[in-house]
Amino acid sequence: MVNLAELIEAVETADSKAAMVMAVRHLAAAQHPEAIPTLIAVLGYNNPGAAVAAVDGLVTLGRPAVPALLDQLDGYNYGARAWAIRALALIGDPLALPVLLETAAGDFALSVRRAAVRGLGNLNWEWLAADQVLPAQSQALQVLRQSTQDPEWVVRYAAVVGLETLALARLKSTNRATVEAIAHHLQAMLTAEETPAVQARAWLAFEVLRQL
Amino acid sequence: MGSKASTLAENQGESLTVDQALANLNQTADSSLRYYAAWWLGRFRVSTPVVIEALIGALGDEVDRAPDGGYPLRRNAARALGKLGDRQAVPPLIQCLTCPDYYVREAAAQALEQLGDPRAIQPLRSLLAGGVAAAVPVPGKPHLVQPYNAVLEALGSLGAREAVAEIQPFLDHEIAQVQNAAARALYQLTGDAAYGQQLVERLQAPNLQLRRSAMMDLGAIGYLPAAQPIAATLAENSLKLIALQGILETHLHRTGFPQGGLSSEARQVLALMDELL
Repeated sequence: MVNLAELIEAVETADSKAAMVMAVRHLAAAQHPEAIPTLIAVLGYNNPGAAVAAVDGLVTLGRPAVPALLDQLDGYNYGARAWAIRALALIGDPLALPVLLETAAGDFALSVRRAAVRGLGNLNWEWLAADQVLPAQSQALQVLRQSTQDPEWVVRYAAVVGLETLALARLKSTNRATVEAIAHHLQAMLTAEETPAVQARAWLAFEVLRQL
Repeated sequence: MGSKASTLAENQGESLTVDQALANLNQTADSSLRYYAAWWLGRFRVSTPVVIEALIGALGDEVDRAPDGGYPLRRNAARALGKLGDRQAVPPLIQCLTCPDYYVREAAAQALEQLGDPRAIQPLRSLLAGGVAAAVPVPGKPHLVQPYNAVLEALGSLGAREAVAEIQPFLDHEIAQVQNAAARALYQLTGDAAYGQQLVERLQAPNLQLRRSAMMDLGAIGYLPAAQPIAATLAENSLKLIALQGILETHLHRTGFPQGGLSSEARQVLALMDELL
C-alpha cells in the first residue's frame, strides 16, 4: 500500500510532462477522497494528458468530488474550467445544475459551453428529491433548446445529444408531452440546421425518439 | 445563427463597419489600420466587388514592410482573398507565388487552394522545381525555401494528378510535416489507402504537434478508417471533434445524406463524437 502523501508529492514534484501524466495516473488509481484537491489543481496545469487522467480520477471518485469541483471552478483559466465542467458533466450530480445552466448559456469559451451542454443531458435525476425533478428538467430543457442555436456547431451538436438523453430520462418520468416537444424540436432542426454533422446527429436522435 | 458580420464584429470587441473597413484598407497613412481591415474583410466574408478590387490592389502594396523585409499587408490580403471565393483574384494570387516574401507565397498557395481554380496548378508545380534536393531550410529562418506544405496540400485539393510523380519524393523529405502534406495530397490524387494509413501511423508519434497536424490532415481528406484511431490518440477533444467532423461530413456527402439516410459507418463516427463532448 503506497502512502497517499507520497503519491501527492510525486504529482507536485514531477519534472516533465510525461512524468506528470504517470504521477497523476497513480494518484487517480488510489481512489482516495483526499486526492481530490490535487487532482483538481492538475486541471490548471495545461497538460492535456495529465488533465485527462485527473478527470478520470475525479469521475471515478464521483459525488464526493462535486463540492470541491464546484467550489474551485476557475473563472480565469478557461482550460481548467473546461476540464472541471467536463468532470462535473460526467459525474452527473444535479448539484452542478446551476453551474451547468449558467455555463451552457453564457460562457465565452466554446469548449466550456460544449462540456456544460453535454452535462445538462447527463444528470442523474433520481439523485434529486422527487418534487424537484420536473422543475430541474424544465430548466435544463430550456437551455438545451437555446443551445441548439449556438453559433458554434459543436455546441449545437452537444445540445442535440443532451436533448436526446433528456427525452429518454423524461420517458421514465412519464412526461410524454415533453418527449413529443423534444422530438418536434429535433425534427425542425433536420431542415434548419446548416452543418451536416449536426444535422446527422439530429437525424439519429429523432430516429431514436420516433422508435420508442 | 447570428452569423451576420455586425454581430460577430461585436463579439470580437472591435466594431468596424464594412464601409469603415474598406476606407481603412484604401487609405495609406496608417498601415496597421490597413492590415487589420484586410483581415477583418476576410474574417467576416465581405465579398462585394469593391472589396475584392481593393484587396487585389493590396497584393501589390509597397508601403507596409516588416523588419525582415516582408509584406504584412500582402499576406493578409492574400489570406482574405482565399476566403472570399472570387476567382478574379486567381491571376494576381498566382503572381504572388513569386513574391520574395516567403509568407506571401505561403498565403497565396493556401488562398489558391481555397479558390479551387485549376489555373493555379502549373504555377504551384513550379515551386516544387528541384524536388526534395532543393527543399532545404533558408539559413537563419524558421522555414524552407518554399512553402512546401501549402503547395503540396493545394495540389492535392486542386486534383493535380499530373503532379503525382513530383509529389511522391516528398514522402521522404526529412521534415515530418512535409511528409504528411505529401501523403495527404497523394491520398486525394490517387485514393490509395496506403497514404491514408501513413497519416494514421502519425497519430502514434511522440510529438503532440505532429499528432495534431496528422489529425487535421485526416479530417481534411475525410479518411474514414482513421475515425477510431483519431478518437483514441492523445490530444485535445476539441481537435478530435473537428477532425471527426471532417471525416463524417465527407462520408455524408459521398453517401447522399440526408436522402440516403445514415449509413452504419456514419453512426459509428457519431458514437465516437458523442464520447468526446
